[in-house]
Amino acid sequence: MSGGFLATPEAALIIVLVALLAHEPFRWLGAYLGRGLAGDSEIFVWVRAVATALVAGLVARLVLFPAGVLEAIPLAVRLTAVVAGIAVFLGARRHLGAGVFSAAAVLLALGILAK
Amino acid sequence: MSQHKGNDEDQGAAAGKPRNRSYRTFRDGLRVAMSVPGIILFASSAGFGALANDAGLSLFNAVLMMATFFALPAQVVLMDQLARGGSILAGAAAVALTGVRLVPMVVTILPWLRDDRPAVWRQLLALHAVAITAWLEGHRILPGVPENRRMHVFLGIGTGMIMTTLVGTTIGFELAGSVPPVLAGVLLFLTPIYFLLSLMKAATLAMDWLAIVVGSVMGPVFYVITPGFDLLLTGVIGGTICYVAGRRLDAVFEEPDE
Repeated sequence: MSGGFLATPEAALIIVLVALLAHEPFRWLGAYLGRGLAGDSEIFVWVRAVATALVAGLVARLVLFPAGVLEAIPLAVRLTAVVAGIAVFLGARRHLGAGVFSAAAVLLALGILAK
Repeated sequence: MSQHKGNDEDQGAAAGKPRNRSYRTFRDGLRVAMSVPGIILFASSAGFGALANDAGLSLFNAVLMMATFFALPAQVVLMDQLARGGSILAGAAAVALTGVRLVPMVVTILPWLRDDRPAVWRQLLALHAVAITAWLEGHRILPGVPENRRMHVFLGIGTGMIMTTLVGTTIGFELAGSVPPVLAGVLLFLTPIYFLLSLMKAATLAMDWLAIVVGSVMGPVFYVITPGFDLLLTGVIGGTICYVAGRRLDAVFEEPDE
């Protein structure tokens, strides 16, 4: 599964199959359950914890072990940008745009300096 | 114009207070794509496009992925898994775990979308649009919309958001291949930082914050120990630990963590 595989029609087929079999059904399931289940049921609290931990793990993987071009930017710069983004986000009353923009700006500035 | 009863336009055009402008039609919903959440979504889907280019997807496959999933975390999970040569089944299982969170989203948005003349394609489109941004905007806007207009407005919001992400993906994909590496790096970086801050934005319970910390620590550890199954294990083990611990914490403090 090297190099060009992700550009092939076979990869497109995998994408569509995974979307249709492993992802979209949860939206349909929600519509089915929606008649009998409250949105704040206990099972959903657990679901949220699992999804949150999983996505946080994905973020850490993308930042610590980037697969491509991002690798060229030093780890210290990447981590500094994440911390800056969190700081501005929290300082700006959890403003998503402010946090994302700040992190990107710090990464850009330090990334240029680090060259 | 004088004979025609242009209620929708009258309300909308009296844009003295843009915060209070009413949403009645599909087009009103579409316009939400131009708001701050829409712009953030645009930027993050540009990040996804850049990531897809970097991972070796064709533009067609990248746009196809954006359209068929319309949920960035699931897309990045699967793409990253395939790009690293991991197991497709483990990738699909991790995708499913991120997908489960859509169930409560649908359950809670559904009461706002009672359709008097339900058509299957409209239901499916509305359901497909359920992802964090459209869900949040739906909850913010729909309560102020007359009941019989809500489905139209939400379909507008969803369609606008989906189109935004498709354009964003295309632009990000093309930019990543043509800008200097540092700028491409910044585009790629949009995805993780957007995910992380979205998690923090949605966090209300001590459990949520705990899951963010535990997941960030456990993820890399499992990536080193069991590459290919790291996200699956991080989600199930880390999430369950946080659930149990969070419930204990809530019992101790009663008040949810700010």
